[in-house]
Amino acid sequence: MTGTGAVKTVCMDADEIERSLTRIAHQILEYNHGADNIALVGIVTRGDLLAKRLVEKIAEIEGVDVPLGRLDISFYRDDFATHLAPEVHSTDILFDLDGKDVVLVDDVLYTGRTIRAALDALMDIGRPAAVQLAVLVDRGHRELPIRADYVGKNVPSSSDENVRLFLEEVDGVSEVEILEMAPGTRAGSAPLGGE
Amino acid sequence: MALLLKNAHVIDPQVGLDETCEILIRDGKIVEVGHDLEMPKGVERDLGGKIVVPGLVDMHVHLREPGYEQKEDIASGTRAAAKGGFTGVCSMPNTSPVCDNAVGIEYVKSRAAAVGKCRVYPSGACTQGLKGEILSEMGDMAAHGCVAFTDDGRGVQGAGMMRRVMDYASQFGKAVMVHCQDDDLVGAGQVNEGVVSTRLGMLGWPAEGEELEIQRDIALCRLTGCPLHIQHITTKRGLDMVRAAKAEGLPVTCEVTPHHLFLCEDDITDEYNTFLKVNPPLRTAEDAKALIEGVADGSIDAIVTDHAPHTEFEKNCEFELAPFGMIGLETSLALINTHLVSTGKIDWNRLVQMMAVAPREILRLDPVTIAEGSVADLTVIDPDLAWTVTTDGFASKSANSGFIGAELVGRATDVYVGGYATLEDGSIVE
Amino acid sequence: MGFNHKHLIDITEYSADDIMLILETARRFKEVNERRIKQVPTLKGMTIVNMFNEPSTRTRSSFEIAEKRLSANSLNFGGSSTSAVKGESLTDTVETLCSYKIDMIIVRDKHAGVPRKIADVSGVHVIDAGDGKHQHPTQALLDLYSIWETKGDFNGLKVGVVGDIGHSRVCGSLIPALKIMGCEVTVIAPPTLMPARPDVLGADHVTSNLDEALPDLDVVYMLRIQRERLEGAPFPSLREYNLLYGLTQEREHLMKDDAIICHPGPINRGVELDSYMADHPNRSVILDQVYAGILTRMAALYLLLGGSEDGIVA
Repeated sequence: MTGTGAVKTVCMDADEIERSLTRIAHQILEYNHGADNIALVGIVTRGDLLAKRLVEKIAEIEGVDVPLGRLDISFYRDDFATHLAPEVHSTDILFDLDGKDVVLVDDVLYTGRTIRAALDALMDIGRPAAVQLAVLVDRGHRELPIRADYVGKNVPSSSDENVRLFLEEVDGVSEVEILEMAPGTRAGSAPLGGE
Repeated sequence: MALLLKNAHVIDPQVGLDETCEILIRDGKIVEVGHDLEMPKGVERDLGGKIVVPGLVDMHVHLREPGYEQKEDIASGTRAAAKGGFTGVCSMPNTSPVCDNAVGIEYVKSRAAAVGKCRVYPSGACTQGLKGEILSEMGDMAAHGCVAFTDDGRGVQGAGMMRRVMDYASQFGKAVMVHCQDDDLVGAGQVNEGVVSTRLGMLGWPAEGEELEIQRDIALCRLTGCPLHIQHITTKRGLDMVRAAKAEGLPVTCEVTPHHLFLCEDDITDEYNTFLKVNPPLRTAEDAKALIEGVADGSIDAIVTDHAPHTEFEKNCEFELAPFGMIGLETSLALINTHLVSTGKIDWNRLVQMMAVAPREILRLDPVTIAEGSVADLTVIDPDLAWTVTTDGFASKSANSGFIGAELVGRATDVYVGGYATLEDGSIVE
Repeated sequence: MGFNHKHLIDITEYSADDIMLILETARRFKEVNERRIKQVPTLKGMTIVNMFNEPSTRTRSSFEIAEKRLSANSLNFGGSSTSAVKGESLTDTVETLCSYKIDMIIVRDKHAGVPRKIADVSGVHVIDAGDGKHQHPTQALLDLYSIWETKGDFNGLKVGVVGDIGHSRVCGSLIPALKIMGCEVTVIAPPTLMPARPDVLGADHVTSNLDEALPDLDVVYMLRIQRERLEGAPFPSLREYNLLYGLTQEREHLMKDDAIICHPGPINRGVELDSYMADHPNRSVILDQVYAGILTRMAALYLLLGGSEDGIVA
């Protein structure tokens, strides 16, 4: 389960991930005064799985099933012309976004470009009342004025490192790794099921 | 003015020569062939053992003048001929206006005399305007030097009209040369009907469209007694028909082009190279193989080029809109040498027979032999000279060759027409 | 999964994996086409020229919608139908277009081989939207998509193509594409409408008897009788064509229960199809094919224009 290069550090293990998600679930409920008007939308390919876990936690805490959606931002990327990701996943939002307080969920917040694309995509699908951002890891290096409302862990990293989340459901193990970037590779999520 | 060619490897099956000797030429004629010849005054040339043959004749050439001088004219076309080793060419009548009367014949002759670098033997149309409706003035044209009659490029569609053409032409002692194409069957055919037409999605030009007319014209030859020459034959079955006619004793001859021998429909790829659009079309590999056998066994009488120049812009277009034809004068000899002589499929005698002797016979021209008294039309060939066909290497105004990039062996280095050099060491003599 | 094509000109240059990727990408675009804002910014800033040198409303409209939904700038260019009238050569027309700094040319032309020539001259991406009697690869892709959506799998699927095989650019791409995907193809037509060598296209079986072929088929692909493209008359009358080759209600009993009907449109009702079959609720996928045209063309644009070195970063 290596990423783009050699693993330098495991900065979150499965237990830490679990505890962070529990805290974020509580924070979401606290901030939004309950679960009445919220909906969670996870960004493929790991944010959607985190969103699912958060929805489960909210159900445990509050006894409410909040709507869960999945967002693929392939068609909204600003680097499409130079870096095609031919493998497109599907956007799957089977509820009405209009008027909802949407919590966008992603694994690692880095330059902010993914979130910019995700916001555009969300706005084309519907008109949420508000959009909040939950991320498991904030590794810094923002290139756009974007910040997360809920952060699992701040992980200082250098730009020649890649920070990747692996999850039990698809990768067989849950942890956040800091990896060395191999020359010519780009930071980003690991492909589902490894490379 | 005398010329002594020394150290010449003379090959002429007509006189049974295949040896290194000397040729003495005076006043345009060969005066002596032998060894250690004496020449009191004149020019000596040592050919270094190169091959010397009776001047080559291409009996199927489109010089395009008058009317289409953008593609070629008599000056450029005959230069291309000289470069290819030819001392004479037979010009086709599908010019603008069509060469269908004595004025046209005289025009071609006078231009050739003024600017030509080889002899031009004009052919005249069988029917006025190549329309297949009214007989042309064949008698007058013959009197003015027309060597044969042909509606090349179209063919005479009506059997009744063709019978009239051959009946009428038979009195002049000239051959009728036929482009065999049944328009009703061929229609707008672009390429051989079969694999290539299906694969590239273009209308097919079926072999039967050619074979039907070959059969028809052989029958009319039997009926009229008029000598018949089948132009640019392309199929095995067509060749078998000619073989049968010859066996029957009919005055039937035929010719083939290097492109139908050495290219086939498989060479037309999805690049849609318009240089490979020719009429009749490139046929199957099996047909090409059968034609080569016909060349080797003597069933095919003559090698011709059907030299059909077109400008760059005319060929640089949609395949279906491009005109038919490719040039050939400057590659013909080398292609035959490279593919047939070098490989042992035919010998030099056979080459001389097909490229020098038979064309003169079919056109009813005086023979040229390498012997005392003959006109000194000679071609000198370096059989080992290796060269590559390139777009910018042509003396022709056009470069629409299907053999661009081909690596060939053998080339004419010197050509003498009536004792005068038109080509010397590979360069045109101005 | 990689996708290393610059052009979509010859379907035989595409592997089964390439084609599956296009179909899967196409399916992904359903979500975009079914929401209120049917547009994504993917091709923002790219310029696509629709060079239709031959009248075509359907194919051009389908491409235009696909381009607009991907936010490309598109230009409809009359092409050599107008330029040729003025005596301009294809090469000159294309070079002129390229001086506009464009990213892709989508070309429909009545002459075979034109898309390849444009690709050579222009250096930009080219999609063949139908060239003469040669190919029509996006039609094949949308047909495959419709078959895939209905049947789920291509392997061993028995597909019969009925009609003017010999003059059909649809067949020029469809039959090879079906073979690439592992289908078994039967071509059914009067001999006058057969190509010289149907085997070259990939046909496994060749017959002139529709009734004998029908019971085996999972997919019956009816071609439009293109009267404008037939030199001479290849059959005596539309009535006789319908009698021998029309897919009519009377022939339904010969079809498998789950056999579907495809047609590239527009339909000649009463000739190759009767209304019962054309509108058959369980069998006809003809309107699905039209929708599939949008999806597969969006997918082709997305995959071809992505990752190009000379692409414009929006």
